[in-house]
Amino acid sequence: MGRSAGMFEALKGGGAAIALDEVEVSILRSLAVQLLELIGPGAPEPDEGADPLAALFAESGQKPVERPSDPALMRLFPDAYGGPGPEDRTVDPAELAARSAEFRRFTENDLRSRKREDALAVVRSLDGLTPGGDDAAVLELTGELPLRWLGALNDLRLTIAARLDITEDDESAMLFRLPDDDPRKPMVMAYLWLGGLQETLIETL
Amino acid sequence: MGQVSVAPIEIERTESAEETFAVPEPDVPWVTLVHNDPVNLMSYVTYVFQAYFGYSKDKAHKLMLDVHHKGRAIVSSGTREEMERDVQAMHGYGLWATLSQDRI
Repeated sequence: MGRSAGMFEALKGGGAAIALDEVEVSILRSLAVQLLELIGPGAPEPDEGADPLAALFAESGQKPVERPSDPALMRLFPDAYGGPGPEDRTVDPAELAARSAEFRRFTENDLRSRKREDALAVVRSLDGLTPGGDDAAVLELTGELPLRWLGALNDLRLTIAARLDITEDDESAMLFRLPDDDPRKPMVMAYLWLGGLQETLIETL
Repeated sequence: MGQVSVAPIEIERTESAEETFAVPEPDVPWVTLVHNDPVNLMSYVTYVFQAYFGYSKDKAHKLMLDVHHKGRAIVSSGTREEMERDVQAMHGYGLWATLSQDRI
């Protein structure tokens, strides 16, 4: 076959293509579904029988959105105020928290919808594939799909990194030399594989 | 207090802390900071700076290296509202960004 395994290649006329076997499709789909479960539902659909005017006032973006306690969600939906650098050390932490909460209230639902759409696009494009037996199916991404995949692959890597507690470049290096029987090994392998997918997808843009 | 105030409630609440903590100054510009993390690929960060801000490949690459080596880089500056938009966009791409008043 003409395509290198596990790598995106540019399509003539725009877009990207990758050959995926049955196992790869199944792993990617499962990860994308887990990401959807982690991100949670988007803005609630308006009730069909409800007063149409009521929907106008039920503005979901105005409801309080809680700061996540899960480190993976915190990485996907970070605070907008109060970085780790010296810039904010002279500002009252309570003030920074209040501003972050306000920002979250107005932006988090849109951000959640976008991340859901990206992960859903991955699931749908995989569901459109029919790999059989040992043959790999070729997935072609055109239009908005390469960027949706790029977003979802990045969110997956951020999530897995939070689960593996990858916090420093040096610690990551140690994780990548785990013995085969370490329970974290499959997740580390998936993380590295997704990195290769993302890197080669960027090269096609 | 005994008087009607139009000030936001958090300013009243932190009144006693004003001596130790700086208050927002209207004339000082705001900046968007992107912070380093061990996950985002260097090529991806460069791509985001080009795609969202429209920076040249060289400028995007230099900013990415600043993030990587110095821990953070100022990627844009302007009003607080503009910087909130940029931070929101960076979060959309999965980059770790905050906005801050440029006091340094």
